[in-house]
Amino acid sequence: MYEFTYSKASSVDDAASQFGAAEEGKYMSGGMTLLPTLKQRLARPSNVIDLAQVPDMAGIDVSGDTVSIKAMTRHAAVAASADVQGAIPALAKLAGGIGDPMVRNRGTIGGSIANNDPAADYPGSVVGLGATIQTNKREIAADDFFLDLFETALEEGEIITKVTYPVPDRAGYMKFPNPASRYCIVGVMVSQKGSDIRVGVTGAGACAFRVPEMEAALASSFTPDAVADIKIPDGDLNSDIHASSEYRAHLVTVMAKRAVAEAIA
Amino acid sequence: MSVKFSFTINGKSVEGDVEDRTLLVQYIREHLGLTGTHVGCDTTQCGCCTVHIDGIPMKSCTMLAVQADGCEVTTIEGLAKDGELHPMQAAFRENHALQCGFCTPGMVMSAIGIVDRHKGEKLDEKTVRHELEGNICRCTGYHNIVKAVLAASEIMNK
Repeated sequence: MYEFTYSKASSVDDAASQFGAAEEGKYMSGGMTLLPTLKQRLARPSNVIDLAQVPDMAGIDVSGDTVSIKAMTRHAAVAASADVQGAIPALAKLAGGIGDPMVRNRGTIGGSIANNDPAADYPGSVVGLGATIQTNKREIAADDFFLDLFETALEEGEIITKVTYPVPDRAGYMKFPNPASRYCIVGVMVSQKGSDIRVGVTGAGACAFRVPEMEAALASSFTPDAVADIKIPDGDLNSDIHASSEYRAHLVTVMAKRAVAEAIA
Repeated sequence: MSVKFSFTINGKSVEGDVEDRTLLVQYIREHLGLTGTHVGCDTTQCGCCTVHIDGIPMKSCTMLAVQADGCEVTTIEGLAKDGELHPMQAAFRENHALQCGFCTPGMVMSAIGIVDRHKGEKLDEKTVRHELEGNICRCTGYHNIVKAVLAASEIMNK
């Protein structure tokens, strides 16, 4: 690791002002991506600003038709929450499938979404369930949030404080994990809330995206068969040592089919 | 730059003053001389460096030492009480759950976390295998490790 100055933030405003004063600031939530990145010297922040001590930044609130998860909530807490399991079981399942138990004990939802790793699970849930991202400045809709590889609508220094999911009528999440890292080769979150149907894909492209053809097909018949013959073009998909773009395109259809099956089970 | 912090480790308080970038595992091994906590991969994969922070298993190679400020840290050295092995350690010995022993400290710390998470439940093999996925044994001796965790869970749940 290159040298940096570590500091704790006492509030969201304090974090933002420390960030503003830093030459090159970096927020740390769980550190599950940031620390490995620093260890490999892939980043060289002058200041690491720890959000872990900020009061009232973690917690889950299920009320009526929304599930609100504060940014510093650990994956393990989301996975184990009886409220989340009751309201959106697919979301609890997603959180319980991230990394491994020790990673889930530290990693946070806000960190995962802000980092926007193309193979992360949570972005698929944001897009697939139509969540709203609350920051210290504004609310950002799911469809406007993920822009490109590791790139989001967050402005310099902006901090995610909460993610609010509408509770769907039904939803399912399936992923084909990399067997070593459990990152998604492809993950698909499918949901239905009244006439609003969403198919959110993560792992396959530069960032999470929707599949309108599948959503239209599911609108007329919410069954696995409805998406079974819909192939997405592989041209822009990721291709690496783990899976070719062609294989990822194939997996999108397979995972979508299984996610629908889970949603209606 | 250096940073000051204090925490308790295996019941003893320590006050640290180290470079900001010092990892918790480095601090535990090199500054405190507690070398039971191992570094296998240094990339958050292998789980050899697992310690408990306020009773919860975490990978100490992916935490800064200063992040443990104010916490209670337990390492493998802190498990045995009055010369008597922790039930999980005893079960590892009974079931021949170690070969070269390198992954063992992390396995034991993770395994205690599994039993804690399922307190009062009867653990099954599938759950143990699934929840040990953050720990890698390169001797591939998983079979006896799983047996040991199941055996210890019976005793720990009594």
